[in-house]
Formats: sequence, structure tokens, C-alpha cells
Amino acid sequence: MSASSTALRPAAAMLGLSIREVSRALRDGRVSATELCRKCINQIQRTRYLNAFITITEETAMEQAQRADNRLRTGKPLGPLDGIPFSVKDNFCTENIETTCASSMLKGYVPPFNATVVQKLLDQGAVLVGKTNLDEFAMGAGSTDGVFGPVHNPWSYTSLYREQCTGDPDSDWAITGGSSGGSAAAVASLSSFLALGSDTGGSTRNPGSLCGVVALKPTYGLLSRHGLIPLVNSMDVPGIMTRSVHDAATVLRILQGRDERDSTTVEAPSTPPSLPEHFDIRDICVGIPKEYHAPGLSKDILSQWSRVAAMFEQAGARVQEVSLPHTQHSIVCYHVLCCCEVASNMARFDGLEYGHRSKVDSSTDAMYATTRHEGFNNVVRRRILSGNYFLLKSNYERYFVKAQQVRRLIAEDFKNVFRSGIDVVLTPTTLNDAARYSDFIQEDNRTRSAQEDVFTQPVNMAGLPAVTVPTALSHRGLPIGLQLIGQTLQDWKLLTVAHWMEQNVNFPTIHLHGESNESELNRSVRERTHTIGS
Amino acid sequence: MATGLPQMVGVVGLEVHAQIQSTSKLFSGSHVRFLAPPNSLVSHFDASLPGTLPVLNRRCVEAAVLTGLALNCTINRKSLFDRKHYFYADMPAGYQITQQRVPIAVNGILVYSYFEGHRRNQVVTKSVKIKQIQLEQDSGKSLHDDEQSQTLIDLNRAGVGLMELVMEPEMCCGEEAAAAVRELQLILQALGTCQANMAEGQLRVDANVSVHRPGEPLGVRTEVKNINSVRHLAKAIDYEIQRQMEVLQSAGKVLNETRGFDSKSGNTIPMRDKEGLQDYRFMPEPNLPPLFVYESEASLPAGVDPAQVVLIDRLSAQLPELPSVKRTRLVEKYGMLQEHSFTLVNEDGLMDYFENVVQTAKAEPRKVIGWVIKELMGNLNSQNLKVSQSPISPCALAELINLVEAGHISSSTAKQVFQEMWKAPEKTVGQIVKEQDLWMINDKEELQQICKRIVDSHPEEVQIIRGGNTKVLNKLMGKVQRETKGRTDPVQVRAILEKMVS
Repeated sequence: MSASSTALRPAAAMLGLSIREVSRALRDGRVSATELCRKCINQIQRTRYLNAFITITEETAMEQAQRADNRLRTGKPLGPLDGIPFSVKDNFCTENIETTCASSMLKGYVPPFNATVVQKLLDQGAVLVGKTNLDEFAMGAGSTDGVFGPVHNPWSYTSLYREQCTGDPDSDWAITGGSSGGSAAAVASLSSFLALGSDTGGSTRNPGSLCGVVALKPTYGLLSRHGLIPLVNSMDVPGIMTRSVHDAATVLRILQGRDERDSTTVEAPSTPPSLPEHFDIRDICVGIPKEYHAPGLSKDILSQWSRVAAMFEQAGARVQEVSLPHTQHSIVCYHVLCCCEVASNMARFDGLEYGHRSKVDSSTDAMYATTRHEGFNNVVRRRILSGNYFLLKSNYERYFVKAQQVRRLIAEDFKNVFRSGIDVVLTPTTLNDAARYSDFIQEDNRTRSAQEDVFTQPVNMAGLPAVTVPTALSHRGLPIGLQLIGQTLQDWKLLTVAHWMEQNVNFPTIHLHGESNESELNRSVRERTHTIGS
Repeated sequence: MATGLPQMVGVVGLEVHAQIQSTSKLFSGSHVRFLAPPNSLVSHFDASLPGTLPVLNRRCVEAAVLTGLALNCTINRKSLFDRKHYFYADMPAGYQITQQRVPIAVNGILVYSYFEGHRRNQVVTKSVKIKQIQLEQDSGKSLHDDEQSQTLIDLNRAGVGLMELVMEPEMCCGEEAAAAVRELQLILQALGTCQANMAEGQLRVDANVSVHRPGEPLGVRTEVKNINSVRHLAKAIDYEIQRQMEVLQSAGKVLNETRGFDSKSGNTIPMRDKEGLQDYRFMPEPNLPPLFVYESEASLPAGVDPAQVVLIDRLSAQLPELPSVKRTRLVEKYGMLQEHSFTLVNEDGLMDYFENVVQTAKAEPRKVIGWVIKELMGNLNSQNLKVSQSPISPCALAELINLVEAGHISSSTAKQVFQEMWKAPEKTVGQIVKEQDLWMINDKEELQQICKRIVDSHPEEVQIIRGGNTKVLNKLMGKVQRETKGRTDPVQVRAILEKMVS
């Protein structure tokens, strides 16, 4: 349709810009919102093999872009996001747009309302291009366990990765991490300038790190959860994925704040219009937690961790070893609390009011049982079973109460560190770079989650803000990110430090293999479309 | 039968669910209305759509605090919400949000009275401890269509705010429980926190019943449900106590079970017990922060808007006159019998009616009481009307009483006029009296003539009276009354007749 404009300006050049840059291009009339939207949709189509999207909202997106153009043309944009294409993880409710949680249970479910964070973006004129893939109900760390199939890591389609791998390129691809793998892939593959994920134990930061994008998990309660289909209410936060820290800050500023529909939200601290351009890193004290030298930490990641710590130190920041002694118990407690809330939250899926309903109707109980058996995958069912076990009257003290007590200790660990004068804590985000899909599925979901979430979930237990910043490529050519953890409601300060770090690490931009060769891309689209939605 | 086991006594505790009178539900903005079209009052949250969150309705919290204050409870400054899990078709989320661990109010007391003795005029006053008042969600309603073997669900009620009041097992029979619930109803209605109509389900009472010998541990209890009036509550409890005694007497065992009351037979029947060994898997509700209630504006933390919080002193100031205080006041102010004060207060609107009449009537309150309790209530009860539906206004009744007091009509005529007023409320008292020619004959001449006519036409009776049997004078008086259709003052007539026959 818009072949001429694509020919005039290389798509990747425009799509690879940051929000700040493309927003300026929109205002300057160098590109229109409809052109930009069309480019993103084309890019989504071109990269269908990534399986990043469950739903593409082309029609409504073009309408929204048209309205943005009307505003931009009259010089009255709504704000920095007016006309900017974005995508949303398919566990956020979107009005009149199917929201599946990548589960048979919610296939065909069309919510009658928008999640608050989605509404806020739409109110700013941002253009929703699609709903992204995930692990079923966000339970997973690979984006491999959803009913629509696994998401492929865009970086495993770069020349660098391809040159090093020996196997068949069709099977030798890497996972995105998860559970917000579709959102991470959408931002990494330049299909969206911004994507919403959700982060319960690392679900935004883990794929953000493995896909080489900036992924922010804000302070618990800073962003509304209204309309986010819950995993663990006491830990869930909407996550922000962008290609720059500055963009993440722009989006945070728009999304943060109290929502009367979510009683756990808090008033946002006053925030300046943008991150400071000049900022003295010598005022900052960076903590390096010794417990994060975990078994299984890859050499590549360890060396990046050391490199960035040294970088801070050389720039004059104070870098000091700190201790978070209860970290080792965190993942076990996380699993107990997670399963308990999952068991509870999933109770509503009984096939009566909405969602899948089994044809078995010999009795109400039989209908419940088969509906739930048919609707949920093994991972969800196992967590429900475990959660209900932990919540039994006879087990409650031993599991739930214990886990909550340890949770307080973990939160206390962080408080002590910050009380000692530390501003941010620097840690790896993951143990390794992205695993090959064929390797990843050797272990079950439970084991994988325990491994993958080890550095991320303590932050959720404590409700703190954390951001992963892409740092370098591994020897396999896959991204490595490092995590910065901040104090409660100090998200802005956290991003300020992350911004400094981003400017100093020189993370490369992505070049998808064969991007220059239109025909090869098309071939690969044709070949891989069979995996979509299967 | 009971005489066979004189030493056994019943032990009764109550669990009362009171639907909070508020315009919207406990955690959503949906309206609350009885008899609305099915599923017309259902928000996204009420239907448990995924991604929706509860938002606490302050009005419901205030209702619970007011109720707690009226029942002398300790109001917890911080209370918590929990999830109670069970699958039921009319419980869409698969759990109920309730207050299991720390409820909003605890340790209260309810004072109630009932009447004993042959004429049921001896007041017995007792009290029962209120263990706690907790806020929780109501469920929807399931309608079972057995013919087509399907279940229809109406979620209008789902999520309506309830106060669950737990009364300790300190009552011993149906009458006590009924009196306690009646008093609770009056308190809730006075507070305006619950309409408390049992038949409409605004007040649901489950009774925990057991029997034991005093001094021994409590017996195994049963829970009796499906009780839809105070009268049935008393019946159900007494039946259950009797039943358990008989079971034990015949060396049987009382089972810990749920039983339903069958109002037709007056029996309790074991219910299919779906909750037999249910483990509710309680867990803290993660979407609601702790509920804070503050003493006064002065005790608010900085930055908290007083308009947005629940303040105890503000609510205390709003407490209306409670039923027990009303009764004491009636007895003291009007010198009425205690039992009359119960009748006036326990009947919705009757006390106000009475006080309105007293204000305009030029009669002693004691006389007014008779009119209100005998004539008014007699008529209302026979036609099953509420006080507010009375065709005779307090003003009209006062006017009538004033005519009697002024000697314009006799009291027997007045009763006749009262019935006419009931039938024709559009007419004034004066109109009715005039139309039916019921004014009292106060003219001496006229009275003399009437009496003379009667005396003249009854020579035999006059003879007897003169012979010393003065009782027969009453017969003559009756004749005068009949002749004048009761429009004479008996005292005057007697005096005239006595003179004539002497």
C-alpha cells in the first residue's frame, strides 16, 4: 500500500528511532502518524516469524493514527506520545479488542473496558498496533508456554548470531525470555516504539534483558493495575519497554499516579519534564550485592557486571559491596506466594460469566472441572493445585505465613542497604543470555522460572523499582542486560542513573539478518506463518 | 416431654447477615435495589471480569461503624480484608471478600427484653455479647429450574455490602433469640444502616443450636438456616432444642450439620451439606490496603483529607435515639406502662404517631395510648397495614379525642366515629359527626323530656326501682342510650332518672 513511502525512506531508519526522535520527526512533518503506523504494521508482518503478536489491530490503529495526524497537522499534538505506535501484552484489557492471556480459557474474550495504563496511552494519542504474545497468564520465563506458541528472539535472526550457529536456522533460534516476550520482541524488532509488559517476578526485565531493550519495573503501586489480568496482585506492576531510558522515563511520567480504580496505587512524586541531561555520577553510591554471584552465572554476564561496576567507579561514583542476606530464600517464598494468589485469582475462570465453557454439563461441578481442565495449560493447573495446597487451613501457617515473613525480611534487606547510603544496586538481570529454544524446553516451567527469576523476583517481593539496561552482546551475539534497583518511589533517580549507564555502555543497534534483502525476508515470512496462532 | 429431661438446657448463638442500606455496592459503583430486573445492577467488578479491582465504599464502612457504636463495640482502628474461597455459581470470583482476621468492630453487647408471666406483662431484660461485626460481600442469587434442569443466575445482589454480626451462644430459647433479633432490627432501622426486613432478605439469621447440662461443656451444635421471620426463628430454635434433647434422651448422637427450617411443618430438616468439610483457604485480599478508621479530625495523619475518611466522633454525633432510650423516655415523660412503651417503639412509626397525637390532643397521654394501641393498632392489624398506611392521621385522631374531652361527643360515639373516619378518610371529624347527627345532647330540657318519656312508658320498672332494686335503673339508662343513639352523658342521664323515680 505505502510501498512508495517505504522506498523513499528506509523503514528501519525511521522505525529504529527513539520515541523522542520520532516524536520530533512527527512534529516536523518528516513523517506522518499514518505513515509511521503503516511502517510498524508492515514490520510486524515482515517479522511474523517472531510470533510476537497475538492480535494486530491494524484498522483501529490506522484510525487512531489519522486522528493523531489531524492534531499534528494543526500543531496541537497531545504530548510526546501523540502518533507513536505501541503494543500491549495480551494480559492487559483492551476495549473491544480480544484479550487472551495466551490461554484457551480466554480465547475470544473481548473486554468491555481499557486497562488504565492503556487508556492513558490512548489519551495521549499513542497508536495501539497490537497485542503481544506471552506465557499463558504470564506464568513463565520464556514466552514458550502460551497457547499461541513460543516467541522467537529477534537477535537470533541477526547475521552475527547466524554466523556463529551451526544448526538449522529454522530450529536454532533463541527464546525471548518472559513472560512479556512478545512485547520485548516487538520493541527489539522495531515493530513498536514502546510496549507494555507486566512484571511479577521479572516478566518485563527478563525478556527486556534477553532482547536488548530497556525494561522498567516501576515501584509497586506507582502504576495502576486496573485492567491488568492479575498473576500475583501483591507483586504485579505494569512494565515499560522502550529502546532508550529517556523514552522509558517519558512513558513513566505519563502512566504513573493514583488511580481511584486501584486502591493500591499511590500519588506519584513530583517529576520534572525529562531526565536531566547533565548529571554528576560522582554523587551516586552504587551497591554490588555479593549474594548475586550466584551459581550458574555466565562468564559473559559476570564480565559485563564487572565492566559496568568499574565504569561507575572510574567515573567517580562510589561503588561498594553490599549484602542482601535473605536473597537465597527469596525464590522459594516467591513461588509459594505466587501459587497462592494464582490459585485464588484463577478461581473466577469457571466458564459461567465469560471465557471458555466446556460442553460437559452433567452437573455444575462437572462443568467447572472440565472447563478448567480444558482451559488452562499444565503450568497454570500445577500452580493452582500447589496454591490451594499451601492455603489449606492445616498448611497455611507453614507455607503462606512463613513466606510472608521471609518476604518482609527480604524487603528489610533492601531497606538496610539503602539506609546505609546506597542509591542504586547494580546486579545482573539474568544468569545467561537467551537460551536456544530446543535447550530451554528440556527443563520444565517450574525449574526454568526458578532459574530465570533468581535476580529479578526479590525486587517484586520488596515492591522496589528496577530497570534493566542493555549492556553488550554475548559471545553468541545475544544481548546482555544489567539491572539497577532503586528505592521505593525513587524511580526517577533510578532512571537518571540508568540513563548515564546507557550512554556509557554503547549497546549496538539491531540488524535483522537479510533486512537488506526484501525477497529473503518475504520467503521467511511465508515459511513461518504456519506457526502463528497454531 | 421436656419434663423428662429437666436438667438439659438449650444454648443458642446467632449469625446475622444484615444487608447494608446504601445506594451502591460494597466494592463497586453498581446500585443496590430490591426487585430490579435480573442482572441490571451488575458492574464489571460484580461479574468478576478479569482485571477489575475492588474499591471500598465509604458509606458501607460508616454503616458498620455506626452499627458497632450503637452495639457498644470496640471499633478497630485498622481492620483487614480476606478472601474466602469456594465455588458457587452465584459467587462469580470464586471467593468472597470478607473480614476473617481483623473485623471492623468487636466485643459489643446487645440488650434486649421480652415479656413473661400469665398476662405477658412482666419485662425480662437480658443481654448478649456481640463477638464481632465484619464487612463482607453478598452473593448473587441462583434460580433452579428443575423442569429444564438449568440454573439461572442473577448477579444484582452480588457484591452488595453485608454486615455479619456474630452473637455469642448466650441465649437459651427461641423467645430470647427472637427478642434479640427484634431489638437488633429496631436498632438497625433507627440507624438507617439496614432495612432489616427478614422476608426480603435484608436480614438473614442463622441459629447455632446445641443442648447440654449446665456446668458441662457445650454440646454438638447444629446450624439452622432458611428462617425468614422472627416468629419462625423462635419456632425453629425451640423445635431444634427439643429435637436434640430427644435424640440424646434416646441415647442418640447430635450431628454437627446444617439444617433447614421448614415453615410448613415447623420442623428442621438436614440440608444437603455442601459445606461439610469445606476448607475455605482464607488468604489476605491483596487488592485492598488495610482499612483505617480515625478517632477524630485531630488524629488524622498529615495530608489526609477528612472528607475522604471515616471519623468515629463524626459518626457518634450522628447516632439517633436508640429504641431502649426511646422507651425509657416514653415511660418517664408520659407515665405509661413499660409494656406500652414496647408496643409504641417496636411498631415502626407508632411512637411518632403517638407523640404527634399527644401534641395536639387536649387529653392525658394515658388516654391517647388507649386510642393508639387499641383502636388504631386493632384496625391496622386486622387489615395488615403499616402505621404509615393508616387512613386516619394523628391530627384527625387528636381532633376526635378533643371532641370527647370537651364533652361534644360521648366516648362510645367516638369509637363509632373512628370507624367512620377509617372508611371515609376524606371527611373531617366534624363532617361525620354532623352528617350522622352524633353531637352530644347537652340541653337539659331535651334530656328531661327524653327521660320522662322513658319513665312514663316503663311503669313496671319504675315500680321495682322504687321497691328498692336500684339495679333496674340501668335498664332505663340503656333505653335512653338507645333512644339517643349514645349521644348522652351517662352521668347526667343517671342523675335525671334517679330524681324522677325517687
